[in-house]
Amino acid sequence: MSVADELIPPQPAPPVPAFTWTPLRILGATLLGLWIAAGIALVLWLVDAWDIDKVTTYGPKFLSGLATTLTLVGISVTLGAVLSVPIALGRMSSNRILSWIAYGYVYFFRGTPLIAQLFLIYYGFGSFRTELEALGLWVFFRDAWNCALFAFTLNTAAYQAEILRGAIESVTRGQHEGAAALGLTRFQTFHQIIMPQAMIVALRPYGNEIILMIKGSAIVAIVTVFDLMGETRRAYSRTFDFQTYIWAAVFYLVIVEALRNIWEKLEQRLTRHLKR
Amino acid sequence: MEPTASLGGQLYWLASLFDPFCGPLGLLNLLPEGSLLSCGDTGWGDEVARGFFVTITLALCTLPIGLTIGLFLSLAKQTEIRTLRAAANIYTTIFRGLPELLTIFMIYFGLQIAVREVALALGYESGFDINSFVAGTIALSLVFSAYASEVLSSAFKAIPKGQYEAGYALGLRPGKTMRLIILPQLVRIALPGLGNLWMILIKDTALISVIGLGDTLRQTGIAAKVTKEAFFFYGIACLLFLALAMASSVVFSKIETSVRRSGVNR
Repeated sequence: MSVADELIPPQPAPPVPAFTWTPLRILGATLLGLWIAAGIALVLWLVDAWDIDKVTTYGPKFLSGLATTLTLVGISVTLGAVLSVPIALGRMSSNRILSWIAYGYVYFFRGTPLIAQLFLIYYGFGSFRTELEALGLWVFFRDAWNCALFAFTLNTAAYQAEILRGAIESVTRGQHEGAAALGLTRFQTFHQIIMPQAMIVALRPYGNEIILMIKGSAIVAIVTVFDLMGETRRAYSRTFDFQTYIWAAVFYLVIVEALRNIWEKLEQRLTRHLKR
Repeated sequence: MEPTASLGGQLYWLASLFDPFCGPLGLLNLLPEGSLLSCGDTGWGDEVARGFFVTITLALCTLPIGLTIGLFLSLAKQTEIRTLRAAANIYTTIFRGLPELLTIFMIYFGLQIAVREVALALGYESGFDINSFVAGTIALSLVFSAYASEVLSSAFKAIPKGQYEAGYALGLRPGKTMRLIILPQLVRIALPGLGNLWMILIKDTALISVIGLGDTLRQTGIAAKVTKEAFFFYGIACLLFLALAMASSVVFSKIETSVRRSGVNR
C-alpha cells in the first residue's frame, strides 16, 4: 500500500528562455532581410524604370501574349485529357500488343524533352512536305501555332494517361467486387463507383500537370509563336531593357501561384467528406 | 610546354579511346562511309556525339550543386526559426513558379548585365561574355534545388522524431546525428523522388541550347539545318534523350536495390 506522504507543492511553469541571437537566427534574419531588400530594390527599380511609352507600346502585347499562353494551354490540356482516356485504357488493357503500344507512346513522350518534340514536329515534319501536301495536312503543320498545339496535346496526353491510370488503379479491388455484388453493370461501376474515387486521387496531379504545361508552354516562343515569353523576347530584343523579363516573371509567378491556391481550395472542398 | 595542356590533351586522348560513338570501338564506325551520322568530316556523328557529352556533363555538373542547395533549403524549412523558413519558402516559390526557360534567360542576360556593370565600375572597358555552360548550370541548379528541397522535406517528415532523440540519447551532436543516423535513412526514402528529378533535369538541359550551348539539341539542330534532314536529326536527338532516360532508370533501380538491401541488413 503506497500512499504519498508528501505532495510536491505546485510550482510555476519554467520560465520562457530568453531570446538570444543564435547563429541560425542571425542567418535567418539576414537571408530574409536580403529577400526583402531585393524585393524593395526591385519595386523601386521598376517604379524608376516605368516608362509610359514602353508601357503603352508593350503592355497590350504582354496581355495578348498572356492570352495566347492561356489559350494554348487550355486547348491542349483539354484535348490531351480526351486523348489520354484511350491511352490509359490501352495501358491497362490485358491485350499485350495494345498495352505495349500505349506504353511506348507514354515512354517516348515522357522520356524526351518537350522542346525536342516540338522541334521534331515543327521542323521535322517539313521533311515530309510532299506527302503532307498530298494528304492536305500541310496547311495545318505549316503554322507554328498548330504545331505547338499538336506537340503539347500529344505530350500532355501521355502525362495525363499516367495520372489517370494511377488514379484508377488506386481504387481498391473491394470496390469492384462490391459493385459486382450489387449487380451493377461494368459501365455503371466505372462511372459511378470507380471514377468518383479516382478523380479525387487524380486532382492534385492534374493541377500539377496544368502548372507544368503553363511553364512548359514558354518554349513556343522559340518557334515564333508570340505567347507571353515570345512577347517578352521581342520586347527585350527591341529595348534591351531587362525589366521586360522581370515583368514576365511577375506574370508567370502570379498565374502559377493563383492556380496553385485555387487548386488547393478546390481540393479541400472536394475532399471535405474524407476529413475526420 | 605547359604541363596542364599536355595533361589535358592526354586525358582527352585517353577519353576518346573509350568514346562509345566515334572512338576506335565506336558504334558509329559500323555505319557505311558517307552516311549522315558517320564520324569525321563527311557525317555529323562526331558533332552530335559531342553535343550528347555536353548534355551529360551539364546534368552531372548541376546535380551535386542542386542537391547541396536543396539539402540546406530543406533543413532550413524544418527549423523552428521562422525567418529561415520564410527565406527558404520564398526561394522555392520563385524558382518552382518560373518557367525554366525564363529562369535561363534571366540568369544569362542578368549575369551579362551584372558582369558588365561590375567591370565598368572596376574600370574595365572591354566586354565580358558569360559562358552559356556556366549560366546554364546556375539556372538549372536553382530550379533543381527548389524541387529537390521539396522532395527532401517530405522525406525528412517521414523520419520519426525518435531517431533524432535516439541519436541525442547516445550523446551524438546534432551534426553527427544528422550525418550518421538521419541522412542514410533519408537517402532511402528520397531516392525515388530524386530519380524523377534527375529525369526532369536531363530533359531541362535541352533548354540550354537556346542560349547557344552546343548540346544534343543544338548540334542536331545545326545538322538538320545544313543537311535539310530535320526529321531524321531531331528524331536522333529524341532517341538520344530516350537512351539517357533508359540508362538512368537502370542505374537508379540498381542504386535503389542496393540501398534497400543495406536497410534490411541493419
